[in-house]
Amino acid sequence: MAEPAKTPTAFEPRIVAFLCHWCTYTGADLAGTTRQQYPPNVRVVHLMCSGAIDVVYVLKALMDGADGVLIGGCHPGDCHYQSGNFKARRRVAILKNILAQLGLSADRVWLRWISASEGRLFAETVREVTEAVRAMGPSEFKTQWDA
Amino acid sequence: MNRIGVFLCWCGSNIAGTVDVHRVIEEVRKLPEVAHAENYMYMCSDPGQDLVKAAIRDKNLTNLVVASCSPRMHENTFRKAAASVGLNPYLVEIANVREQCSWVHQQQKDVATRKAYNIIKATIEKVKRNAALEAIRVPVTKRALVVGAGIAGITAALDLADAGFETVVVEREAEIGGKLRRISRTFPYHEPADAILAPRAEALRDHPNVTLYTSSEVTAVGGYVGNFDVEVATDPGDGGPPETRTEKVGAIVVSTGYDLYPVENLGEYGGGRLPDVIDGLAFEGLLADSFRNGEPVRRPSDGRPVRDVVFIQCSGSRDPENHKPYCSRICCLYTNKQARLLRDRNPGCRAWVSFMDVRTDCKNTEEYCQQNIEERGIVYVRGRVSRVWQEGDRLRLWTADTLTGEKIELDADLVVLATAVVPAAGYAEVSSLLRAGVDANGFFQESHIKLRPVESSTRGVYLAGAGQYPKDITDTVAQAQATASKIQSLFANEELAQDPLVCRVDPDLCSACGICVPICPYGAREVDALAGFSRVNEALCEGCGACVAACPNKACQLKNDSMVQVVGEIEVFAAEEGEEDYTCAC
Repeated sequence: MAEPAKTPTAFEPRIVAFLCHWCTYTGADLAGTTRQQYPPNVRVVHLMCSGAIDVVYVLKALMDGADGVLIGGCHPGDCHYQSGNFKARRRVAILKNILAQLGLSADRVWLRWISASEGRLFAETVREVTEAVRAMGPSEFKTQWDA
Repeated sequence: MNRIGVFLCWCGSNIAGTVDVHRVIEEVRKLPEVAHAENYMYMCSDPGQDLVKAAIRDKNLTNLVVASCSPRMHENTFRKAAASVGLNPYLVEIANVREQCSWVHQQQKDVATRKAYNIIKATIEKVKRNAALEAIRVPVTKRALVVGAGIAGITAALDLADAGFETVVVEREAEIGGKLRRISRTFPYHEPADAILAPRAEALRDHPNVTLYTSSEVTAVGGYVGNFDVEVATDPGDGGPPETRTEKVGAIVVSTGYDLYPVENLGEYGGGRLPDVIDGLAFEGLLADSFRNGEPVRRPSDGRPVRDVVFIQCSGSRDPENHKPYCSRICCLYTNKQARLLRDRNPGCRAWVSFMDVRTDCKNTEEYCQQNIEERGIVYVRGRVSRVWQEGDRLRLWTADTLTGEKIELDADLVVLATAVVPAAGYAEVSSLLRAGVDANGFFQESHIKLRPVESSTRGVYLAGAGQYPKDITDTVAQAQATASKIQSLFANEELAQDPLVCRVDPDLCSACGICVPICPYGAREVDALAGFSRVNEALCEGCGACVAACPNKACQLKNDSMVQVVGEIEVFAAEEGEEDYTCAC
């Protein structure tokens, strides 16, 4: 969307969140229903299960300009599909190694367990991730080839 | 070329109070492939839906984005509206701009407006690659299987059989009846347990629609809701190998019941070491003997009639550090009943109950308990017994009355531990065979604690009785009847319509490596060696996407949630044109 006059502002991180349908996406809905206020930096991609998170999704988001990625799933033992969150956990652990090799801080990728009843925790997590990524500055992908 | 329609709902002021709906629609109209965009005060209302239907017809729309509340609220509403004018319902997607935008950024109107636009744009990326899908239809085998023939299983089976459905009942023991066979009389009316059980057990054995396998276990389960194949193995009783047979059923009831936490685990109370320290079911046996013989209650060690009995509640329950964290629910009531019956059977004897709280959450039981305490002279001592030991031919206990702060020493002939109710042995095998999840304590997990209390996490597998959580006979029977009703509504269908949002395989990309087979929690993937690729059993697939993420060739994709679609959304979100799209003040 075009417009408002561009004023030089402080760095605002872009965060892409991948939320599982049954827990964290519903928790994010609850954050809304209970009118929790959180930073607007996060954009939500709906997945049926955190176990459906593909490394490609995370890398694509980071390469396209996201400064951080949040993956939200059900608490261990609560996965609607029995074990998807454990698959996500293993995949993210491997992914973090890959990120380091690409020269990207592994701390830009967050995996959090947030249940459907934890709207407040979702809002707190968005605040936490936004602050942390803001402190890290823009993604190395954006800066390392500059100048 | 798609002709996409975008409908932005104000939701009164819920969205429009924060998001500049007119500006968003103005911008959305400029996007490629958008043939129509409008906003309205309440899109879910009848006039709102009429706008959507009219636009589909008048503008020949091919795909829709409704930007409104969460898809969990009205996705169905708009899919139905689209279907009513001939647009395939799976070509409709919801952009969640209320719960995940306007409500959470109420003070930041500009930012929320840009974010709403952004969410709509990403949803357009998704919907333009949606395919028209049809529900998957599978036939229903109108036969049920009940695992466990305690009062829960018997009740569910009888209800189903009476409704005209063939029901197969599998019981591990040689006799049916479960724990109820070991109970003397029930609270709060002292009805003999046998008077409850015997007629129902007989009705089950004689029912023309019931096939009963005792000394039998379920050894393998395949298939899915409406179409299970269950292997049942029966011990012939002569030491020979078990006979196995396969039953085809459409629904399965898990009514495997409970056990008591072993007294051996309560060493501080002498459990397992002292013969006169017993659990509640053992005491029921002593009471039953007493009723049968017309004699007083006698203790196990030397058969002497008991004069002093201490009942210890919460033995292993409500003790997260050492034993079980939960309340076993039935012990307060059966302990009170046992103390009362004991006072009736052994006149002049003394009954103490050591308790933390007395919980009477069943009908008419508060009055019952109070009356027994006030009129039948049962002594309740609030506190935890610290030690039980043998002195001569008597037992000695240390406890404290935490209401008065006094230390108390008691002598007793018999100590009855109201041990925690735990899931029946073998629950883990049943859970994995049926893919019915259990909670941290091993109790079968209901699909939703409030809204789907008798359904397990696997469709077609239902729950009844104390295997789901400790409950008394009243609640067990009520739950079993609910389960039977739920299955009857399943059996009212000739075929089932399943969500078509499942996985599909591109045989040209699939190398038949088989990685997808073990990763699928539902057994829905199978390598077809002859065809040279891995197939999806659509009736089993739940559409979780585990195989999609694991597939090295990206040969499998979720229908209407393919990788290209997700990447399309990511591109919108990660690569927004101006920095200002993310400017915020918080």
